Amino acid sequence: MLSRLTHLVSCKEASRLLSQRQDRTLALAERVKLALHLSVCIACTRFARQLVVVRRAMARYGTQDD
Amino acid sequence: MDADPFAAELDAHRRYLLRVARLQLRDGDLAEDVVQETLVAALAGRQGFSGRSTVRTWLTGILKHKIVDAIRQKQRRPIAAAELDEEADLEALDPLFADGGAWQTPPTSWGDPESALSQQEFMEVLERCLERLPPATARVFAMREILELSTDEICKELTITANNLWVILYRARMALRQCLEQHWFAAKPRG
Repeated sequence: MLSRLTHLVSCKEASRLLSQRQDRTLALAERVKLALHLSVCIACTRFARQLVVVRRAMARYGTQDD
Repeated sequence: MDADPFAAELDAHRRYLLRVARLQLRDGDLAEDVVQETLVAALAGRQGFSGRSTVRTWLTGILKHKIVDAIRQKQRRPIAAAELDEEADLEALDPLFADGGAWQTPPTSWGDPESALSQQEFMEVLERCLERLPPATARVFAMREILELSTDEICKELTITANNLWVILYRARMALRQCLEQHWFAAKPRG
């Protein structure tokens, strides 16, 4: 069952990996676990997109005009 | 020579540089000094400006080095490990996840974030959210996301471990994401 696979990695753990993905290259095993979790978790999929928005917002904040 | 047009062009970026330096150093006077040094260095090293990047990008590059120097010189007050530990404790009071590791409050849809990024009001909300971060956490986060220093550089400058850094950045992103959701994406009903 797909729902059981999500338990391989919790949302808490997935959120940590998603953040670290912006700071380091994840190991293959971590990428696999994360992909499996994201494939069945809407909340973490949203979170993943939002982290990208946060990063882009910060980059823009650093270069915006006065 | 006051009439130097290049000097005038550099000066036009002063406010922007100050904003970046203040966020980074959390010290108004020191930020002024660092920006002044940056502009002086830029003027002296104008040959170094290749024209391939914008003036602002070039200035930001110089500012980055001046900020790192300033942090290094301020060894009396580096980002203390104790300060970061204290901030970690504060965060623990408001758990984001239930015991089993599920979201306490799952992230909601942000609709069309592209339009937010182009709005000045959104940038103001972002600024207020950044100001709410614990100070040491905010400084580390700005080093990473605004100055775009590598994690190696940051760890070396602050003498913290990579693990420690990942936790700090994680905390900053979680808090910022939550703040933006509350004060922008959820607060603005979109038709």
